[in-house]
Amino acid sequence: MTTLLERYAAVTGADVIHHLQQLAAPLKGARVVHINSTRSGGGVAEILTKLIPLKRELGLDARWEVITGSGDFYQCTKGFHNGLQGNHVELSATLRRAYEDTNAQNAEELHAVLVDADFVFIHDPQPAPLLKHFPQKRGKWVWRCHIDVSHPHRPVWKYLRDFVTGYDASIFSLADFVQPLPHPVYLIPPSIDPLAEKNMELDDTEIEAICTHFHIDRTRPLMLQVSRFDRFKDPVGVIRAYRLAKSFIPSLQLVLAGGGASDDPEGDVVLAEVQMAAQDDPDVHVLLLPADAHRTINALQRAADFVLQKSLREGFGLTVTEAMWKAKPVIGGDTGGIRLQVVNHHTGFLVSTPEGAALRIRYLLHHRERLLEMGDKARAFVRENFLLTRHMREYLTLMVGLQHGAQDRIDLG
Amino acid sequence: MANDSRIEPFAFKDCALAAIATGLRAQNMRELRDHLTSIHLGCIYYHFWGGLLRPHFDDPEYNNDFASWARHALHDIPLAERLGVIDPADYPELAGLRQELIETIEERADETEYQMWARPDQQFHFARAQTVSFDTGRRLLQPAGLAIILPQLSLGSVFYHFIDARRREPQGVDDFRAWLTQFGDVHEPLRTRLAEIDPYFINLADLRARLTCLFRDYFGETQ
Repeated sequence: MTTLLERYAAVTGADVIHHLQQLAAPLKGARVVHINSTRSGGGVAEILTKLIPLKRELGLDARWEVITGSGDFYQCTKGFHNGLQGNHVELSATLRRAYEDTNAQNAEELHAVLVDADFVFIHDPQPAPLLKHFPQKRGKWVWRCHIDVSHPHRPVWKYLRDFVTGYDASIFSLADFVQPLPHPVYLIPPSIDPLAEKNMELDDTEIEAICTHFHIDRTRPLMLQVSRFDRFKDPVGVIRAYRLAKSFIPSLQLVLAGGGASDDPEGDVVLAEVQMAAQDDPDVHVLLLPADAHRTINALQRAADFVLQKSLREGFGLTVTEAMWKAKPVIGGDTGGIRLQVVNHHTGFLVSTPEGAALRIRYLLHHRERLLEMGDKARAFVRENFLLTRHMREYLTLMVGLQHGAQDRIDLG
Repeated sequence: MANDSRIEPFAFKDCALAAIATGLRAQNMRELRDHLTSIHLGCIYYHFWGGLLRPHFDDPEYNNDFASWARHALHDIPLAERLGVIDPADYPELAGLRQELIETIEERADETEYQMWARPDQQFHFARAQTVSFDTGRRLLQPAGLAIILPQLSLGSVFYHFIDARRREPQGVDDFRAWLTQFGDVHEPLRTRLAEIDPYFINLADLRARLTCLFRDYFGETQ
């Protein structure tokens, strides 16, 4: 067994790694290419950073390519992102041409890599038109959609659908996010990497130092929400829940930790609303952290007694997974992928209002033994279901499945 | 006991499951029934058996997705209870299981005046399973070896032999019980104890632990 696999085996158990090795055996030497539009930043790049080396250790000839484009291209794909999530976006002919031309150019540059690949995974809308430039493709092409496209702005989806219908299969994170397509649509939830800086074990001294830096008192109850300053994450609702609970638990502290808002014009406005709602309460810490503050986030999650993710609308909610991996119960909004992770009364609580959240905050802080028990269950649940190794298993299963057509049962003997 | 030379070794297999969305959804009982009449039979498998290989909690209220949805999205407790009690192992063919589901829903529909609706974001999404199974190469001749091998098995392997087998084996039992029959009555007490394990209300890791304990306990007693 090789080093990276050994490190995962230490977390997941040797049986999980052995299972992956056997599942990967029929795919040994297969040329697998993943394509997205950024090498760093964002969840997709984060997952590919670990998935590619892991596939290589399992014997697949995996590589990761990134397409590049002009300002108009990125403006168009940003429009896609918003439009696919339901915002009314107009994509001008100029932007659409930039999108198509960029893909034509990248198709030319990547021709040698893609034409003979056994499997090509195209992530999100940015590189979706590449397929049209490979009418003689040899392998299976899969479109991996990381976005919730359940209620898209129709003209945007109609335009994109033309590029994705020709794929051999597509992958969505949740059944709720799916649009009907004329090929098999696989459901594969995302995952977290237990070895990443954001999730690795930390010394208590480091956690203590980070808390001290932010003037957080570790002798008093602490709750945390990690999210962008975005109305769908309801940070103001979290402050309201804190206030309602604080009248019963005066020592309570709240941390709202979020990334920079440079790419989101509304972020500054929401941040101002949050600061206004905090009203200079010394026990409410609004932290604007840089995008690479993974270790700080990790420490804050570990320092918290429990974590909130009181979203009104959510994709999968990987911050929930991260918190649960650190054995923290989560009080989460009853929406999206949070429902798949927060099992009411077991790994946390699902709530619909600040009042509901306040009630659960009081419950957890008055039942410390239940809080610990739920935290342990949350960690075990993530270990079984939401680590990178499970993600890998489903990718391998899909690849074997595609090799054998649409059969329900494939017996490799 | 049967002659050792005629004993077929136990061949350990493993499996992994991929979920495939059908795009079909139901928002009330009648839509659920209507889709059930024509749905791909792989969906019935997925929503009954496949649940144990998906994100699954160790303390589920119901043993299949239909019952769980009836309870949590439709808030129809009688329907949830009736769907929840259906044992898929009672139906050698998935078509029979499909019919039982339809009849249970129709029976409930006849009793109710009002149509209960799920919220738009809590619709039932039909999915089907694609299962890949493979031989691990591991073989066992003596049942006592089960106590040693069980804790080393992957959860996919536990699923394949203890749960999926109920659909594959003509008698509707797990692979361990089926294999032990060739030893005559010698291991009948073990077969009985295996039959007493209900796999629907624990997760696979706990199931593996419970089977390990059972085999250790049994062979510790008899050897």
